[in-house]
Amino acid sequence: MNSTTIRRALVPGVAALALLLTACGGEDDKGDDNTDGGTGSGDYSLDTTVEGEVAVDGSSTVYPMTTAAQELMTADGSAIQVSVGQSGTGGGFEVFCAGETDISDASRPIKDDEEAPICADNGIEYTELLVATDALTVVVNPELDIDCLTVDELIALLKPGSKATNWQDINPEFPDEEITGFIPGTDSGTYDYMASEVVDGDAEEPALRNDFESSEDDNVLVTGVAGTQGAVGFFGYTYFEENTDKVKALEIDGGSGCVAPSAETAQDGSYSPLARPLFIYVNNASYNDNAAVKEFTDYYIANLETIAAGAAFIPLNETDYAATQAALAGIGS
Amino acid sequence: MSTAAAATASAVTTSTLATGKSQDRNLTSLVFLGALWFSLFFGVVVLFALIVDTAISGADRFDKELFTQYTQSFDPERAEALAATGRDPKDLSAAYTGFKSGIVGSVILMITTALMAIPLGVAAAVYLEEFSSKTSRFSRIVEVNLQNLAAVPAVIYGMLAASLMAAVGAERGIAIGGAVALSLLILPVVIITTREALRSVPDEIRQGSLALGATVWQTTWRQTLPSAVPGIATGTILGLSRAIGEAAPLVMIGFGAINFAPELPYITSKIEAFPLEIYDAAQSSREIVRQAASAGIIVLLAMILGMNALAIIIRNKFQRSW
Repeated sequence: MNSTTIRRALVPGVAALALLLTACGGEDDKGDDNTDGGTGSGDYSLDTTVEGEVAVDGSSTVYPMTTAAQELMTADGSAIQVSVGQSGTGGGFEVFCAGETDISDASRPIKDDEEAPICADNGIEYTELLVATDALTVVVNPELDIDCLTVDELIALLKPGSKATNWQDINPEFPDEEITGFIPGTDSGTYDYMASEVVDGDAEEPALRNDFESSEDDNVLVTGVAGTQGAVGFFGYTYFEENTDKVKALEIDGGSGCVAPSAETAQDGSYSPLARPLFIYVNNASYNDNAAVKEFTDYYIANLETIAAGAAFIPLNETDYAATQAALAGIGS
Repeated sequence: MSTAAAATASAVTTSTLATGKSQDRNLTSLVFLGALWFSLFFGVVVLFALIVDTAISGADRFDKELFTQYTQSFDPERAEALAATGRDPKDLSAAYTGFKSGIVGSVILMITTALMAIPLGVAAAVYLEEFSSKTSRFSRIVEVNLQNLAAVPAVIYGMLAASLMAAVGAERGIAIGGAVALSLLILPVVIITTREALRSVPDEIRQGSLALGATVWQTTWRQTLPSAVPGIATGTILGLSRAIGEAAPLVMIGFGAINFAPELPYITSKIEAFPLEIYDAAQSSREIVRQAASAGIIVLLAMILGMNALAIIIRNKFQRSW
């Protein structure tokens, strides 16, 4: 295939892909008049002459998303040198607010009381961009005859000091099986989110019960839940999607009926309270002064849906995507 | 005749002793022998099983892409679909992910580490062994601290090097930062093995040289050090092969994922390290990436075994006996 043919194939190709991805995401087609990718499947013309360095660090949850952006941009012929670290959301903000990185990946918003003041002290102005949604997925061993948990039951199961050792302790209608738990390590953003947003939000130091097995490697959690009768665990939606044959996802009842985790329920907000937003924070000064940072950020946001799909994340819905685009447009001004 | 018989008898005794097959076949000795055999094979069998298991799970990925491609994480089906936009799926699909940046990075890191750790370590050992007074309080304090430093966890050196780099205002994740951490890590090993090597050079050589009118410096430079080279080389290479497998200190330095070739001068370029890249791939949600991690582990193992083999060759080639 010579380059003219590639170029000719490009235009219908992009349009076809936009349709394909939208179909895969299962959105209702509000954006029919907008076939060039309503949620970011890339009509952006990358300027391959831009060179320079972009330093990214932060959340290990967002890491696969940002590396996917980096890989896609390099595959498109850019010479921009992007390095992506994964020292965690907190560790990322630490170096971001010291001005050492241009972009910080985050699986939670910046803390107004602890982290934002440090940024302010150092004169770092930043912009928060929502890039994807994750659905924390509560999974059980496929043999276990439970399909839905209410949020109260989830709290009873996971709260610090919980004495529930049998599923019947949580709900008498549940089967008589011993509970074994496999949960993420305390350093992970996933643990943080479950503890502070769902289970133990009122406590000074939100935590989960400490008699469950924990691991920083989600593959270990999958193996544990798949191999133990009556086992329960939770992790990001990506790991569930790759292991649907090994573990069973529970529906969550947040007050308005049982909702299964999926791309659609996370996008439309009905998978509550376990759908969590994933962000990148962009240093405004870097964006305005460093052409490489601007090019990378613009490219990232323009191709958000392609990147999210390639890295197995849940893309934004159209409202959120429009908000992200508006926030991006606001950095330059 | 009787001398021949005695010789045979002694040969038999020696051989039975050497093989552990004594006439003494009571239960206790058999149990003890069993315990010895178990201890001997426990580690070896576990290691062997681990290597075979890893090699099998990575079997599909011993291809050239493992060495020529950067990390790629796109879902293979999505990557194929992206071919419609004129992109090459081979440059995106996780099925073709490789460790190019890690392998290149680790080679740069090893060379930089060697250039820093060897001169420093050897010089320190020469001072301690040839120049300092062995009984002085200072020497004893240094001695004890060296032994302790050798047992400090690697991640501590990472933190030390990270704050050092921050103090001089260097960028995060550059080669020199990792090299500083790894040099600090292997320095005690280099010093200790170099001292052993210097100590094994017979005193007669030094005294002979001194008696012919050479100064202590000339003696050390022209006689002692050259004689100690096999020992020094072996110790250093073993130290480096420990360093090449380290991931923890490099996380502290801020090494991140990159997909570009480092630029001259390499020491200030951002790089990625092979063990970190493998660790990353092993945690992936995708089976296909975890397979690549297994293949990467075998490659890393081959690199380490290669370095250890080099150490043995150097030792055998230059070994002298007095």
